[in-house]
Amino acid sequence: MSQPGLWEALRGIIWRDLLLAARRRSDAAISVLFLIIVASLFPLGVGPEPAVLRTIAAGVLWVAALLACLLSLGRVFTADYLDGVLEQMLLIAQPLPVLVAGKVFAHWVVSGLPVVLLSPLLGLQFGLEGEPLGMLVLSLLLGTPTLSMIGSIGAALVLGVRGSGLLVALLVLPLYVPVLIFGAGAVTSSMAGIGGEANLSLLGACLVLSLFFAPWATASALRIALE
Amino acid sequence: MLQAVSLSCRRGDRRLFSGVNVTVQPGHVLAVVGENGSGKTSFLRMLCSLLAPEEGTILWQGVDIRRLKEQYYAQVTYIGHLNGIKDDLTATENLMLTAALTGDRPSDVSVRDALEAVGLKHRIHHLPTKVLSQGQKRRVALARLWLSTHPLWLLDEPFTSLDQAATALVTERLRSHLQGGGLAVVVTHHEVALPAEMVQCLRLDG
Repeated sequence: MSQPGLWEALRGIIWRDLLLAARRRSDAAISVLFLIIVASLFPLGVGPEPAVLRTIAAGVLWVAALLACLLSLGRVFTADYLDGVLEQMLLIAQPLPVLVAGKVFAHWVVSGLPVVLLSPLLGLQFGLEGEPLGMLVLSLLLGTPTLSMIGSIGAALVLGVRGSGLLVALLVLPLYVPVLIFGAGAVTSSMAGIGGEANLSLLGACLVLSLFFAPWATASALRIALE
Repeated sequence: MLQAVSLSCRRGDRRLFSGVNVTVQPGHVLAVVGENGSGKTSFLRMLCSLLAPEEGTILWQGVDIRRLKEQYYAQVTYIGHLNGIKDDLTATENLMLTAALTGDRPSDVSVRDALEAVGLKHRIHHLPTKVLSQGQKRRVALARLWLSTHPLWLLDEPFTSLDQAATALVTERLRSHLQGGGLAVVVTHHEVALPAEMVQCLRLDG
């Protein structure tokens, strides 16, 4: 009998989730389409004045990214819970928090990374360019994994609960507020010419903290959910 | 050797069982029987530490499984009443990925052989499992037993949805596992068609 190495198990979890996302492309596309639609509707509603669009760009794009992430949280554990795969995951002979981190990474690749990749295009739509545009991409690159990490705790806590979609939003949105403030703040600071590095550092700190604590909290929530 | 010592279980206000003492030796299967709601599945979930007992301990080779944690999981193959397979993946992919995660490291050939051993013809191996019948999905889940090298099998209603031929195949696989020194706990409403000296029975009355 051989035990899987930690990296082997982690790679297996990530590969399976990415393969499943590739088979159910419409699921992954929904949150990206949501982001594009929200970001495209705002200029239509607010008007084409470039100065106004530039002013609201950071807030609108960050809120849209945050809601797109929230929309996709149901996919992290629910299907695995319903088909019994989650039970099997809890019995893998590797630390559960590490496996959870693998699942969250796969979730970020499917729902967060497309947001980061699309952000230059959406930023241009709002008249962002140069350093502020780069700051938007960087802030989303640091912020979206944090959103996935924090969101996974909420997704695990509401597993098997009716009306879990609304409940997870209520649980998670308050925790998203600092990330939203620092993320949008990085772009607006850059636009004001004072540089967004301080906000980026805070976003980085949020990411490190969430990487450290969220997988453990999520793993505990999963064990409770399956009892 | 697996031991349950003074095991009690309460779900909500209802006590399902208490003071259960049982020892399963290598080469033996413990058949857990009882009416619906008597706590059979809860008992099995306790044995794989998915559910904490209200009282009592479970020992693997004399050590509490709560202390062993991952070391204990490395000894267990668990197939619950849910199949634990993904509808969007093929039978082969499901088996490869699950077995790889549990440390069985199967080759393409061993996966194909396992699926054929459980009675799934080759043309089915590369179909998404969502197009398979319930019985075929159960067979995909049970094909893991042909790849498993773990000594302890914990099986929840393994014969559900299976026809007679598949039931016989799984029983035969169980027999060879026990003859190889393995042990198993099976929650079932069906009779386990193995020689009496291999089978212990635990009845839970609820």
